[in-house]
Amino acid sequence: MKPVRFDYIRAGTLAEVHAALTTGGEDARIIAGGQSLVPLLSMRMARPTVLIDIMHLPELANIEVKHNAIRVGAGVRQAALLAWPELAERQPLLARALPWVGHAQTRSRGTVCGSIAHADPSAEIPLALLVLKGAVELSSQRNRRRVAAEEFFTGLMSTARKDDELIDAIEIPCSTAGHGYAFNEFARRHGDFAIVACAAIARKDGVRLAIGGVADCPTARDFPNIDGDALDDALDDFAADLEARDDLHATADYRRALVRRLGRATIEEARRCRA
Amino acid sequence: MPRLTADARHRVQFELNGRAVEADAEPRMLLTDFLRYELGMTGTHVGCEHGVCGACTVQIDGVPARACLTLAVQAEGAKIRTVEDLAPAPGRLSVLQDAFRRHHALQCGFCTAGILMSLDYYLRHRPNPDEAELREYLGGHLCRCTGYAPILAAAVDAAEKLREASANA
Repeated sequence: MKPVRFDYIRAGTLAEVHAALTTGGEDARIIAGGQSLVPLLSMRMARPTVLIDIMHLPELANIEVKHNAIRVGAGVRQAALLAWPELAERQPLLARALPWVGHAQTRSRGTVCGSIAHADPSAEIPLALLVLKGAVELSSQRNRRRVAAEEFFTGLMSTARKDDELIDAIEIPCSTAGHGYAFNEFARRHGDFAIVACAAIARKDGVRLAIGGVADCPTARDFPNIDGDALDDALDDFAADLEARDDLHATADYRRALVRRLGRATIEEARRCRA
Repeated sequence: MPRLTADARHRVQFELNGRAVEADAEPRMLLTDFLRYELGMTGTHVGCEHGVCGACTVQIDGVPARACLTLAVQAEGAKIRTVEDLAPAPGRLSVLQDAFRRHHALQCGFCTAGILMSLDYYLRHRPNPDEAELREYLGGHLCRCTGYAPILAAAVDAAEKLREASANA
C-alpha cells in the first residue's frame, strides 16, 4: 500500500515548525528520520494531511552535556549518538541499549527523539529514558515545558505530547559513580522488536528495573536490596502486574517467564558492574 | 518555507551514483518508487515496503539506509548510491559481487542488491570483519534462499581480497 496524500513542509526555522503544528493540529505530523512514521504511512495506519520535516534545522542536531545530563536534540540520528565518543563514559546504559535499536541500516536515519515520539511499547530508547528518570523537552507557540519520562509515556504509542508541540530534545541523566548499569533484550532476530527488554540500575541501597515489550508502555519498579527467593518473588509480582498479552510472537506466559529470567540476569549484571 | 502540496508533483533533485538527476514526485512518493519508476533504476528492489526485509537498502549520504522508509522529497540534495554503481565497468564485477558469485551467495537474487549495498559500506569501514559483528550487520536483511552461510563466506572472502588489493596498491 502507498501513503495517503499529504503536504510536505521543509521547515527552516523553529518558528515555522511551531506555526505549522498550530495550523495543522492533529492532522500534522513531524517527520525526522521517518523510520517509524513511514511504515505507518505506507500501511495507512497514520493519515496525516501535512508532514513537517525538521531535519534541516541545525539547532536541533546537537548532543550536549548540561546540568549532568546528556541533552539530545530532535535532529540527532541514533547512529550519531551511538558514535558520540563520550557516550559509554557519560551513560553506559544508553551505550548498551542503542545497538539493540533497529538495525544499523535504520539507525543511520532514525532519530533518538523520533523513537520517543513514536513510543512503541517494545522500543529501547523510551525504556532507557524511563529507567534513568530522564525528561522530554517540548515546545509550541504557546509555551515550553519539560515532562519527566515517568509522566510522558501514557499508553500504547501514546504520550503526553500535545498536537501543537514539538519534542525539542530529551535529557538523559549522566551515570553516577558507584551505580551499575545493564541492558538486555530477547527477540527472534537481532534488531527485531523486543519480545522482552530489560534495563537495570544497581545502587548501594537497591535496584531499579524497567521492562519493555510487555505492557502498553515501558514500566519501571524500584526494589530494595533483596536476593534469592525474595528477588524471585518480587519479579514474579512485577511480571504479573505487567498484564502481558498473547500475540503472534509470544504468549503472555512466555513473556512473564522472560521478565523473571532476563530481569534477574539484568539485575545481577548491573550489580556486577557496580562492584 | 517550502511547502510542497499534496496533489501536485514537485521537482526533486539529487546526486545519484555521482550524476545529478531530477524528476517529479508527489510528496507521498517513496524513494524506492522514485528510483524505479521516475528514474528507471530498477536495481533497487522493493520487498516488504516497511523497513524489515532490507531489499531496498541503498546508501544515502554515504551510509546504508532503507529507500522504502525515505520519501523522495526527503532525498532532495542528498547523495544516493545504488547497486548500479558497484560494478567498475560494464561486464566487470566488483570484488564483493564476484565473491557473491563464487560462493553462490544468491539464488533468486531478490535480496541481493540491498545486501551488497550494506556490505559494500561495512567492508570499507571494517577491513577485518569480525564474524559476530558481520552476522549482526546482516541481521538487517532477510534472505529466504541461501540460509546466509554463503553470504557470510562471500563477505569474509571479499574482505580478504580487498585487504590484499590495498596492501599491493
